[in-house]
Amino acid sequence: MLEPITITLSINGLDTVIAVEPRTHLADVLRVQLGLTGTHIGCEHGVCGACTIFLDGATVRACLVLAVQADGCFVETVEGLTEAGDPALLALQEAFCERNALQCGFCTPGMLATAIELLREGRPLSRADIRERISGNYCRCTGYQAIVDAILHAAAKLAELEMA
Amino acid sequence: MKARDCRYERARSLQEALDLLHRHGADARLIAGGQSLVPALNLRMAAPDMLIDIGALDELRGIRLADAGGAKRLRIGAMVTHAEIARSRDVALYAPLLSLAVKHVAHAAIRNRGTFGGSIAHADPSAEFPACALALGARMHIASRAETRVVAAEDFFRGLHETAILPGEILIAVDMASIEEGFRPGFAELARRSGDYALVGLALQGKPLRGRTLFEAVAPVFFSVGDRPIFARAAAQILMDASVADDTRIRLAQAALTDDLNPPSDPQASSATRLHLARVLLGRVVAEVLEMGAGESRDA
Ligand SMILES: Cc1cc2nc3c(=O)[nH]c(=O)nc-3n(C[C@H](O)[C@H](O)[C@H](O)COP(=O)(O)OP(=O)(O)OC[C@H]3O[C@@H](n4cnc5c(N)ncnc54)[C@H](O)[C@@H]3O)c2cc1C
Ligand code: FES
Ligand code: FES
Repeated sequence: MLEPITITLSINGLDTVIAVEPRTHLADVLRVQLGLTGTHIGCEHGVCGACTIFLDGATVRACLVLAVQADGCFVETVEGLTEAGDPALLALQEAFCERNALQCGFCTPGMLATAIELLREGRPLSRADIRERISGNYCRCTGYQAIVDAILHAAAKLAELEMA
Repeated sequence: MKARDCRYERARSLQEALDLLHRHGADARLIAGGQSLVPALNLRMAAPDMLIDIGALDELRGIRLADAGGAKRLRIGAMVTHAEIARSRDVALYAPLLSLAVKHVAHAAIRNRGTFGGSIAHADPSAEFPACALALGARMHIASRAETRVVAAEDFFRGLHETAILPGEILIAVDMASIEEGFRPGFAELARRSGDYALVGLALQGKPLRGRTLFEAVAPVFFSVGDRPIFARAAAQILMDASVADDTRIRLAQAALTDDLNPPSDPQASSATRLHLARVLLGRVVAEVLEMGAGESRDA
């Protein structure tokens, strides 16, 4: 094994100094080295979307970012978004329950991250917009219909909050 | 799967990146957005000893409009992300073909990290941007320790993942003439899932003559039909041939694709299917660029 490299990450608001091997991707660092298992790993080549997290405020595939590349960046995972009470996440969590938008839950953290980024754009959404955006996230349980319902529902709730 | 052990160095300047490349030679690989390289590392289809990260180089950033003797040129830095292309007003105004194409490049989370330069340098035959670069007559700016040279798109793509970039060189930017008066872009691709690599795709820019199916100039470039993007010359000739009757021109151009394309067969689609789909796309994109009603064009 080669000498690990020490990097600094802000993870869910916490500055974290950690030694990583250059070959290790961010999803493994989060899960294996830091125990943040809310970030799921399905394919490790960018196709399934289960590992989607926020890096410097934009969604990325955690399996396609080497941890060393992320040195100095802000990382937000589903755990942190929950604790921070992110309004888009709260609306989505309620809507996902209400509309049965998860069964096994494997795809859910990635779906949530993808949906949060879409909702933050704050534009009116059609079912087609939502389908297009979640096209990079596989769900092997729900058949997607319920997930599209839930995201639409959350968007409506957020719009209502904004009006109030 | 997990990537093989390797070393990693983040370059702080273009000069340092070039020096690192020189020092480590064939053992090293550049990493930009990593959206093609990291999957290959994870699958151990690539296993370099050394990764040189060019992600922090300011010299490779930014989209700029340059005035070269009255003619405007748009210059896109190699590290500009797909997401930045999608958001850019200058790209929409001066290279609108790229704005149409970027919607088809991968998924949002991948577009946030994948880079324009990485896509051009990776030269995947199914990728959108190399085809656009060829249709727009773009020029690639390639730096080595000795000099920066400029290579035209038509000389740049050499085969499957093969380009004019030599060992020790870095693609720093791509530039293209801004779209001229009367020219219009058209783009379409067929993929099994939105964001996946295309089964067949077409990037086109041309200057149509009002009320006719005739073009004063047209550049139709197909992708995912060979080992590199392919300029359909025979079809373009017919679309620019005033001696052909207006109501048969598109059909003849579609038929001429037999001369332009010889697509490979693979488990996704046979050669004949790809050729058929290429004809369908040509009909649709030409109709769109000509602003014809749906009924006026026919799928092949
Ligand atoms: C699930 C998935 C779907 C995708 N779908 C599409 C799609 O539909 N269309 C599409 O076009 N792409 C697609 N991609 C690929 C994506 O667009 C990549 O971002 C792009 O191909 C490479 O850019 P990068 O910055 O990520 O390059 P990297 O992965 O960092 O590098 C790719 C290669 O180019 C070399 N390189 C990078 N930058 C330079 C440079 N400046 N000079 C010299 N060499 C350089 C590297 O050494 C490496 O060999 C997809 C990727 C995934 C994971
Ligand atoms: S595990 Fe990252 S996309 Fe599948
Ligand atoms: S809920 Fe099981 S994969 Fe989506």
